[in-house]
Amino acid sequence: MSTTRAIDASPDTGDPRRARPDPARAQRPPRRTWRQALRRDWQLYSLAILPLLFFVIFRYLPMIGNVIAFRKFQPGGSVLGEEWVGLRYVKMFLNDPSFWQVFTNTVVIGALTLLFCFPTPIVLALLINELRGRKVKRFVQSVSYLPHFLSMVIVAGLVMEMLSVDGPVNQLLRAAGNEPIAFLQEAGWFRTIYVSSEMWQTVGWGTIIYLAALTTIDEQLYEAARIDGASRWRQVWHVTLPGIRPTAVTLLILNVGTFMAVGFEKILLLYNPLTYPTADVISTYLYRMGIVSNSFSYAAAIGLFEAVIGLALVMSANLISRRTVGTSLW
Amino acid sequence: MVTVDRTRGHRVFRVVNTIVLTVVVLVTLYPFVNIVARSLSDEFAIRAGKVNLVPVGFTFRTYEYVASDPTFWTNYRNTVVYTVVATAIAMVMTTCYAYVLSKKHLKGRTVLIGIAVFTMFFTGGLIPNYILISSLGLKDSIWAIVLPNAISVFNLLVMKAFFEGLPVELEEAAAIDGMSTYGILFRIVLPLSKAVLATMVLFYAVSFWNSWFAAFLYMSQNDLFPVTVYLRNLIAGATTGTSVGADATDMTVATNIKSVTMVLTVIPILVVYPFVQRYFVKGVMLGAVKG
Repeated sequence: MSTTRAIDASPDTGDPRRARPDPARAQRPPRRTWRQALRRDWQLYSLAILPLLFFVIFRYLPMIGNVIAFRKFQPGGSVLGEEWVGLRYVKMFLNDPSFWQVFTNTVVIGALTLLFCFPTPIVLALLINELRGRKVKRFVQSVSYLPHFLSMVIVAGLVMEMLSVDGPVNQLLRAAGNEPIAFLQEAGWFRTIYVSSEMWQTVGWGTIIYLAALTTIDEQLYEAARIDGASRWRQVWHVTLPGIRPTAVTLLILNVGTFMAVGFEKILLLYNPLTYPTADVISTYLYRMGIVSNSFSYAAAIGLFEAVIGLALVMSANLISRRTVGTSLW
Repeated sequence: MVTVDRTRGHRVFRVVNTIVLTVVVLVTLYPFVNIVARSLSDEFAIRAGKVNLVPVGFTFRTYEYVASDPTFWTNYRNTVVYTVVATAIAMVMTTCYAYVLSKKHLKGRTVLIGIAVFTMFFTGGLIPNYILISSLGLKDSIWAIVLPNAISVFNLLVMKAFFEGLPVELEEAAAIDGMSTYGILFRIVLPLSKAVLATMVLFYAVSFWNSWFAAFLYMSQNDLFPVTVYLRNLIAGATTGTSVGADATDMTVATNIKSVTMVLTVIPILVVYPFVQRYFVKGVMLGAVKG
């Protein structure tokens, strides 16, 4: 069918509006019915069976399991809850002052993380890129990637040791004549600790993508800029930064999209009742509500709320960036 | 940059840059050095806040103490077993699905990709997952760690991008010779994909080696924990009588022990790291090309 249409189109070049779409259509492979596709590719489809089972059971069933947010769930009872209760649990958390407390904490920690941990890899990548010696460069890179490979438990352990009363930070404080501070017991310090340890762990790894993007910038652009008399600063401003902009925008979309998914594991490891006022976030709160206190439906309602907001954030960040700078994830 | 600017401003910049990057390197490495120094130090010196870069009151006693705890070794062995089993299963699942997704002619391919990608942006959440794992009877078994993490969508997309980049001619020729899809995958595609397979094995192995929360959530018996949970219980001060707490003469023994356990947990990563680091970088690049 498509071949005849292509033949029909070729003498018809006088009318560009009709001629243009047709060759494209002719190049497309012929559409197969499902029966034909299965006969031809059944072996390929068979390879997809186990992975699809995985996705259905371990990813999509839990999504359906969220109906317990609208049903009364009893441990030991039906997996999907006992009876419909409508928006009872949603109303419950919307009227729960602790929920708004943890919501605010989540937004604040998320915003601080974005503010500090998104731009620093760009700066570090530019600095590393300016290094001359190959070996020095590789050494700095290797060292800065290292923290990325550590278990969160190790990171939390390191943070605790660094900040313990007999640890290096307090040694410094004492040397300067100050009283030691029990950092992890004070709510006022938690955000600083969270964000700086996050930077310590992620900044180096974050440079990889930018360093790769930097190598793709055409050398001729720099040469042209130099001939035009551009200083190094202007070269960075007019050549380097535009060169890594698409990468930066893509990562920004991803970061904004995962804005609310603040480091659950790290907070769970580092917080304690004394620091709850600043440290407790939605995910840790629902963990305590659900797993520790067995209020499954209530916790599921909060979790669903968080997941929906997360999805909405990714989609709107993506939409905004497609409209404004023409970069999008899909 | 072929010609180097020899202006004064640039010289200043290079000095500042060197200083900044030196500080970055030192700040990154310092916690490790400090932890090692603590692990080799006398408990009184630590408590007095004297231990910084070098051990004070050098002693191996804490290492002996930790090494004499059978739970530590059981948990260490668990970590190795969980990592090996989980990585093997994840590799099989990911390779199969990535290969399917890389076939552009396949009917329904977009849907198959969508099924995977959607889960990157929307997940069931902690509570439904917990109920699922409990009601499947997977609690207190290795499967609670392995099965729910059998495919990482990021790794899946990296592999798919790699398979898409392979030349189609080889596979077409093999198909004309009558080789089955399975034969093509195992005898033609996989031997050509050693680099990406190595990267994926490392990605998975590191993530399973480091994981702790699944085990923490779904396991309740000491002898099933991976070493990360052992360490977590130490630093949370929630050790039960059977492990280190039994001898707890005072709190400072515990800080010694924490340091030693951290060192012992992190050593395998530090030893392997210099050799495998470039594979990780490659993997991220592959992912970035696609993403």
